Amino acid sequence: MDRLSLLAFRSSFFGAVRSFFLGAGYLEVDTPLRLPALIPEAEILPFASESWWLQTSPELCMKHLLAQGASQLFQICHCFRKGEQGRFHQPEFSMLEWYHVHWNYQHLMKEVEEFLAALLHACAHFPAVQDGNALILQDRKISFARPFLRITVKEAFEQYAGMPVHLALQKDLFEEILVTEIEPHLGWELPVFLFDYPAELASLARKRPDNPQVAERFELYIGGVEIANGFSELIDPEEQRNRFVHEREKIEQQGRRVGPMPERFLEDLAQLKETAGIALGLDRLLMLFLGCMNMSDVQAIQLENFTK
Amino acid sequence: MFSASDLRKGLKIQIDGEPYIITDFEFSKPGKGQALYRTKMRNMITGNQFTQTYRSNDKFEKPDLEERTMQFLYSQDDEFHFMDTSSYEQIFLTRDQVGDNTHFLVDNMEVQVLFFGERPIDISLPIFVNLTVTQADPWVRGDTSGTDTKPVTVETGYQLQVPPFVEEGDKIQIDTRTGEYMTRVKE
Repeated sequence: MDRLSLLAFRSSFFGAVRSFFLGAGYLEVDTPLRLPALIPEAEILPFASESWWLQTSPELCMKHLLAQGASQLFQICHCFRKGEQGRFHQPEFSMLEWYHVHWNYQHLMKEVEEFLAALLHACAHFPAVQDGNALILQDRKISFARPFLRITVKEAFEQYAGMPVHLALQKDLFEEILVTEIEPHLGWELPVFLFDYPAELASLARKRPDNPQVAERFELYIGGVEIANGFSELIDPEEQRNRFVHEREKIEQQGRRVGPMPERFLEDLAQLKETAGIALGLDRLLMLFLGCMNMSDVQAIQLENFTK
Repeated sequence: MFSASDLRKGLKIQIDGEPYIITDFEFSKPGKGQALYRTKMRNMITGNQFTQTYRSNDKFEKPDLEERTMQFLYSQDDEFHFMDTSSYEQIFLTRDQVGDNTHFLVDNMEVQVLFFGERPIDISLPIFVNLTVTQADPWVRGDTSGTDTKPVTVETGYQLQVPPFVEEGDKIQIDTRTGEYMTRVKE
């Protein structure tokens, strides 16, 4: 595909995303990319910008706005994560993030279904989209008929890996099994929600009241590719502070600079009502709509060729 | 030292005292979890392939690899003897190590020999080599068989397809990466 066609597809894709959320009563916001404090996350490396950082996600800023009384927010922005480079990773990428007050992750999964069906319909002329209701990827047809499939993390480990998830965690093999044995199967007939993650793998999500071993978190998979991560937000400042202390210890052990504790964010949480929020990788989703399996091919500019 | 984030296709690393070249590489990082570096590699001495997943804190030694320009002297049994053109030091590699390069190797040819420490482990040829055709069927003008190439044998015993006008005694240029005919060389 030539660059101008790509830009046209990209533009109409972003337009369709916006029109869905504006139509559903969301307020679009744009928050700063460069921040004095980040959410401490041991497995995500931020880029320093003088003594501040480039955001790894807009979560902190958006929850700040929710604490001030906003009820439905969405944002399309760039996020930065150091060292992430691969077919489905770029150190700078486009994220769609949205929040809905009074909702939990179940409500959000339903809205994801509506959103993706509407988006696919609006993108009916895209190369990998068939009749506005299915994706053709690697000669396989992925229908976007609702409801999408749902499988818990526990079930997925039993079904695809034959190993109980608690054992995978004990042996520090959770990610490796997920990537090599589970993800490749997910989302080939219909998109799939993988949900109810082990509580220790969801730093910002609420634990299930009826089963505190798991957190109310889900990931959406299409064609084996992870597209979105959503959850019922943890709004208990004390529990959040304890989790942050734990993450900060891990960052220190890695020998990285630990930024200031995001105190303002913890204060904001105390003001937050029950809320569900989700981050969706727009470059990855666009990549699938264009039938392409390399994320940097669908970004507006390919920096690897920039200085040649 | 290399760390996992340095891994990429073509990188050479050392594991358990042996040199490996990365033949395929995929970065993955499921749902804000640990970064995984899924790596396929080939042992540069034995040729064995294997697959391994590394994590961010894994570290690798840099193998002591050096290429030296050497001249091919002769082969005897399964030993291929080379000489360093500056120090006149002589070494040999086995037929297995030289592999398909034997198709294009003639006496006095300059090649790059790869050393792991003091041990020669591989050679790389010039991209283009000129070899003499030692056997070719004559070109029958008016041949109506419809084929536009014919097989010939060059001085190393290697056979390839060439245009019909190439004759015994001609020198031809061959691309050593593909083993294909490029052009006839005028002397």
